[in-house]
This record gives sequence, C-alpha cells and structure tokens, in this order.
Amino acid sequence: MQLDAKIPEGPLAEKWDAHRFSIPLVAPSNRRKFEVIVVGTGLAGAGAAATMGELGYRVKTFTYHDSNRRAHSIAAQGGINASKNYRNDGDSDYRLFYDTIKGGDYRSREANTYRLAQVSGEIIDQATAQGVPFGREYGGLLGNRSFGGAQVSRTFYARGQTGQQLLLGAYQALARQIKAGSVKAYNRCEMLDIVVDDGRAVGVVVRDMLTGEISSHSAHAVVLATGGYSNAYFLSTNAKASNATAIWRAHRKGALFANPCFTQIHPTCIPQADEFQSKLTLMSESLRNDGRIWIPSEIGETRPAGDIPDDQRDYYLERRYPAFGNLVPRDVASRAAKKEVDADKGVGPMRNGVYLDFADAIGRLGRDTIEARYGNLFEMYERITDEDPYEVPMRIYPAPHYTMGGLWVDYDLMTTIPGLYSIGEANFSDHGANRLGASALMQGLADGYFILPNTIAAYLSQYLGTDPISTSELAFTRVEADVAGRTERLLGVNGSRTVDWFHRELGKIVWEHCGMARSAEGLTKALAEIPALKEEFFADVRIVGDGDSLNQTLEKAGRVADYFDLAELMCRDALHREESSGGHFRVEHVTEDGEAKRNDEDFRFVSAWGFEGDGSEPSLTKENLEFENVELKTRSYK
Amino acid sequence: MDLTLRVWRQHGPNQPGAFEEYAAPDIRSHVSFLEMLDIVNDRLSLEDREPIAFEHDCREGICGMCGVMINGQPHGPQQGTATCQLHMRKFRDGDVITIEPWRATGFPVLRDLVVDRSALDRIIEAGGYITVDTGSAPDANLVPVPQEAAEASMDAAACIGCGACVAACPNSAAQLFTAAKLAHLNLLPQGQPERFMRTEAMVDTMESFFGSCTNHAECEEACPKQISIDFIALLNRDYIKAKWRNGRLAGQR
Repeated sequence: MQLDAKIPEGPLAEKWDAHRFSIPLVAPSNRRKFEVIVVGTGLAGAGAAATMGELGYRVKTFTYHDSNRRAHSIAAQGGINASKNYRNDGDSDYRLFYDTIKGGDYRSREANTYRLAQVSGEIIDQATAQGVPFGREYGGLLGNRSFGGAQVSRTFYARGQTGQQLLLGAYQALARQIKAGSVKAYNRCEMLDIVVDDGRAVGVVVRDMLTGEISSHSAHAVVLATGGYSNAYFLSTNAKASNATAIWRAHRKGALFANPCFTQIHPTCIPQADEFQSKLTLMSESLRNDGRIWIPSEIGETRPAGDIPDDQRDYYLERRYPAFGNLVPRDVASRAAKKEVDADKGVGPMRNGVYLDFADAIGRLGRDTIEARYGNLFEMYERITDEDPYEVPMRIYPAPHYTMGGLWVDYDLMTTIPGLYSIGEANFSDHGANRLGASALMQGLADGYFILPNTIAAYLSQYLGTDPISTSELAFTRVEADVAGRTERLLGVNGSRTVDWFHRELGKIVWEHCGMARSAEGLTKALAEIPALKEEFFADVRIVGDGDSLNQTLEKAGRVADYFDLAELMCRDALHREESSGGHFRVEHVTEDGEAKRNDEDFRFVSAWGFEGDGSEPSLTKENLEFENVELKTRSYK
Repeated sequence: MDLTLRVWRQHGPNQPGAFEEYAAPDIRSHVSFLEMLDIVNDRLSLEDREPIAFEHDCREGICGMCGVMINGQPHGPQQGTATCQLHMRKFRDGDVITIEPWRATGFPVLRDLVVDRSALDRIIEAGGYITVDTGSAPDANLVPVPQEAAEASMDAAACIGCGACVAACPNSAAQLFTAAKLAHLNLLPQGQPERFMRTEAMVDTMESFFGSCTNHAECEEACPKQISIDFIALLNRDYIKAKWRNGRLAGQR
C-alpha cells in the first residue's frame, strides 16, 4: 500500500491557509444534508461534535459514559500550551513547532506539527470566551507557567484542573448543540465495530450498555475520538474504562495503525503500593517547576528524607542535565528515574520511587505560594499515601500515561479508510516519539475545534445529494451479527479466572518488555507470551451475568480481548524499530553515556501497520518523514 | 482488616431491591474503597455470584462517575473526598459498612449502586454555557478578568457533577450543582450577556427534576470539592433579578 499524507505544497507557514482555500467546501444550506458520527466525547470528540453542530451538520455522538462530561481529558492537570508569547520571552509559532518536533525526537510530520502551533492561540481565545477560568495575574490578564521540554513560559492553566475546565467548556458547547437539536447524544452506548461498505466508512455498530441491545447507525462520515491505549499496561494513569476497542476494530477493518510502540511513560506518578492496586495516579508535571528530584547517594539508605544531609543526596537530573535540570522532557526524566531505582536507590516502603522535594521552594516562596500553585495536588497525594508533602518529600515513579501512536491519518486527519477520521490521542499525528507536557489538551482541541471541522468538508462535499446507506443493508446486519457473536463467545466461556486477572497479567508482560526499556530478547519473549495468554483468556475467563442488561464485567472483557492483539502489535513495532527514539528506548541502541541513540538513516519514518487477518503477521508500510525546515539533531538537554 | 458489607442490590430500574450482606475479610488498610469493592467483586465472580455494579472511571476524584452512600454519607466519612479517593484506613477492623446508591427521585436506580444522573445534563443544556461558536472568540487578553473573580469562578467550576449534593439533601434538591455552574459563568465578564436568561432557564429546569432548597446545607458537607453554599445565595439573587428584569433593557443596567 502507498501512503499519501496529502501534505500541501508551499512554505511551512502557509500550508494550512493554502489548504483551507484549496479544499472544497459545503455550503451552509447543504450542511444539514450530511450526517456525521462522532465516537467519544472528550476534548477532541466534544469539540468536533459541537463545532460541526454549530456549522450546521447533523451529528450523532456516542460515549460509554453516562454523561459527555466524564471523558478522561478531564483528568489532565497541568495545562495547555499556546504560542501566544504573552510573556515576551521569545515564543512564536515556529518555536512551539520546533520544540514539539524536537521533543518528539523528529518522528512527527513537520506540516501537522506546525499547524498545531498555528491554531494553538485560537484555542486559548475560544476557551476563554467559553468561560474557562484560566489562572490570571493581578491585572486581570492570563498567567502562564513553564513546563518540561521548553525554555519559555507558554502553558495556560486552571489551577491543577486544566483538563477538567477545558473539557467542561467543550461539554457545555456540546450541550448547547444538543439542546439546539443539531447533535443527538447517545450515552451509555459503546461502539463495538465500524461498518465499511464499498471501501468507505458508513457507520458504526453499538451496544446499549443498559439493555444490551446491539444496533447500527449510519452516516456520511465517522470520526473516532476515543483516546489512547495506555491501559494495555493495566496499571496506568488512564481512567479504568479508557480502551482501544474502537481504534482496534477500525484497524481490523483496514485502518493502518501507526507507531504503536510510541508510548509515553510519565515521570511523576505515585508509586505502586500494592499488588491489588487498580490504577496509578499522576502528579502533574508542573510540580517539577518547583520540586527538586533526588535520591539518597548511598544504596540502602534507611534514614527519613529530612535527616539526609544535602551532600548525601543525588539531585540526579540537575547533575546530569544542568541546562534543563528538573524540567527535562518526560521520556528523559522517566528513564533517569528507572536507572536510579534499578540501581537499588529507590525510596519508600517498596523502594520503588524517587523523591520530589518541595522544601527548597517552600523556604524560598513560602508555604502559601506553594499551596496556591499546587494545593489540590498536595491534597490528592496526601489522601492516597497518607503522607503530608509539605512536610516530607513526595515519592514518585514513572507510569504509562499517554500513547503517541494511534490510527494513521493524513493531513486531513482521515485514516486509510475513506470517510473514517481519527482525532486527538486516538490518532498518531503530532507528537512523534514523545509528547511534551501540556500538548495533549492542545492537540485534542486543535483537532476537534479547528482542524477536523474544516477538513471533513473535502470528503463530504463529494457525497452531496446521497443518503447514508440503510442500516438494514447486509453491510450492517453482518457486522451486528459479528458483534453479537463476540459477546456470546465471551459469555459462553465460563472459566475460572476473572477478567482483571488476565488484564493484570497482560499488563505485567507489556510493562516488563515494552515499557521504559525494551530489548530484542524481551520483545521476542513477549510476542510468545501474549498470544498464549490470549488463548488462555478465551478458554478460561469467567464472566458472570448476562448480555441483556448492565454487565460491567462483560464490557471489561470485550476491551481486554482487544488489548491482547494491540499489545502484540506494540511489541512487534518495538522489535522492528531498531533505534531509541523518544519514549521508545531499545537497550541495544544507546550512546556511550547511556542516552538514547536515534537512527535517522534507517528509521526516519512512520511505521504504519496493516491487519492481515487473525493469526497472520501484520504488514508494514512506511511513511518517510521529510524535514525541510528543521535540522535533525541529537536531542540534548544538558 | 475484616469487614462486613451491607450492599443494596437491585437488578433493574423498576424492580424491587434489598440489602445483601457480604463478608469482606483480609482487606488491607491502604487499598482504596473502590479497590476493596474490586476485591469483593472478584471473589463474588469466582463464587458464580453477580458482581456488585458500581460506577467509577478516573479514580482520581475528578471525573464524577463514582459516588455511593457509605453509612448514610455521600462519598463516605472523609470530607472533601470522592468515593474513589477514600482509602480503607478510614475504617476499622470489624466495621459493618452499609453501601447504597444515591437516593433521590431525580436519580432513578439503574442497577445496584448505579443511578441515572442525566437530569444534571438537562440542567446544563438549559443554559449552562456561554454562546460562542468556534472561531468567533476575540483575543483571550482583550477582556481582563479581575483575579478574584477568576478565582471565585474557578471555585464554583470545580464541581465534578457527581450528584452527592442531591443525595445529601433531605429534599433531593440540586441547588448546589446548579448554583456552581451559574456562579462559574455568571461571575465572569464573558458570562454577562446571557446571565439572567441562563439563570431562569437553568433554575426552572432544575425545579422540574428535583426538590427545592430549604437551606439544610447538607450539600456543602457532602461535596467532594467543598463547593460553598454561598453560591446558592448568588443563584437566588440572580433568579429574583431575572424574574424582575426586562430582558430587552438588560444592557442598560
């Protein structure tokens, strides 16, 4: 298969404008003739659905949540980047673009990333007008904080709840369209497959989670805004229900899956405390602005943190990366923590963390200032650990947090299935091999508010005067039967182990071999273990209850079933990519001082994998990345 | 620790429910309340009994999905804490813990501990937004917002929509939820054009689903985000003004 990313011609800064002028439009009076399905109502999905509703399209949204306000975008804490340059510290669209490309270790497309920077300012304008209560200076103008991977302050924030406030903004905009009748919302309705007819995406099959009823919905185009797949690791910072079923089902129907091995392990999470732990909790990266990360210099140190004198502490990030210090990008910070804990210098009861210490900042700025900046995060930490971070340093350790990989999309955000779009974390587009902090909110809203609602017109305009195909057609009924069959199969196993047991086991394999450090040996092992575990799952999983009413175990089982295959693809991709780039660290490919060693000669491409049938090896298509505007450098934060 | 749970089990919306008792032995004190339920559910599954249905998602106290009555208190004994952030160290060995769904006419029980909170969405749809189509916003720094106003607005905007306020209220009123959204928007300059229209529409919609406020202040006690009932005073003031105001002259005052 040949991949055409459809990147517009012309100078970088003019591509988006030129493209918007060149693509066909749908006139206002014709928009109501088009139906669009949006799956997922997080930042990207709610933003896109609301905006398309405003434009006059007829939109249907689907979410497995009870309300459109619950998506996991809500949990983003620290902030959202924009190249407003309100601080007069040298920021610009070009610098945000450059930081993003560099932060992503030169594995993202120049044109997409530049466009992201270009629309970033408009996102802040839009959110402010919606009533998002961003943090402000005394003069009433917007405040900024700095964030990892950047030397300017460009991050806008609403206390430690930026994602919540931005999502509520999008949710409220969506609520307005629901009231106006332009959007019809299907809540507690989980998409279980997409329907492709004649090579085009024509609808979805969903399951009503309260009644178990399986039904079809057709439309002119389908948009997947269903988030990432970090829960393949079981323990992650993602919400429990976050899952990859929608994008995986699309993949099975022909959408290529790009860079599945590019996953982000976030450096500042609360370390695991117990084998029964159900998820890991993120402590915002913004804490690294004022917190200093250290471990005791001596292996086997037993004194409490406060009793260890300064000269017996190793502030290893400040030591190893003097230019960026505690604000190095996430992948670098995570690996550095792993290195120390692997050397048995970890702290805490399970010796699985490093200190994040606020004593200096409290001494310098006063407790009140620190409380104003991070009060809610400190409270959250105390609730979980029963330790007071104003008095003793926090303990942190990396955890799976975000997936840069996702469905392959072209410049219009369309997958390789015509009429099927993917936006937000669900696609692979803008972050390369590593995402910078405060850029996920930016990308979700850029895709949802400003990019997709423009680019989708190019596709829709071809179908003016046609109706979506009827859901009684064979294309739909066949998929419905398939979905019902999968549910029955799961319910019929009646084995002896719980769904969570399998998910936990899968997570251990993926974390061990496709986590922060990966090796050919480990990945090969994982590629043998995962299919075996999957087989065991279908032979021995136990799901109590029926398929005709609310059955949370059944919902979980369906999601875990799809994670086996995705996890396998993650490992396959990681094995194939013989280099270390961003979040993908192959122990075989390191520099002399142990830093990641990229291989631009052989791996300057996007790996786009195609599904070739159960039991068959996936096919690989490469999209070569052209860099016309930035020079590829070795990332250095020293 | 060894616990006994008394849990409300109800198969469907219009079916009778009842308490069932479950032993929950060997629970470690640092697991969260929901992880304790996970453990109990896994044990139930292996005994071929249906797991207890309960809602949860982020388990970080921000999505608003979780929420049950624990010994008669919404979200349990710890102030300012959603159910998912409550840890078992707040309980003692031998405790009997009664777990119920939110009890309110506006929140019909769907199954076990799961209730239908969609009425809250209807209140937002009635006017809990600022009308601004994507793309039409002016530069974000064009309108300065006094820091105090932005902070007060944020205090209200912290609401996670869990419904604990309704569950705590003897009247099953949704005043705190509605007031939080009204204050979030009505305190900001951007929210002024629709202020009184919004207030009237949201309050009237709220009244169609929920009871009325008689100032018990139980909602403030129960709120995991500790949202103040002062915002209810603001709601009442704006509602009276909205009823008296001539919309056509709104810009004149």
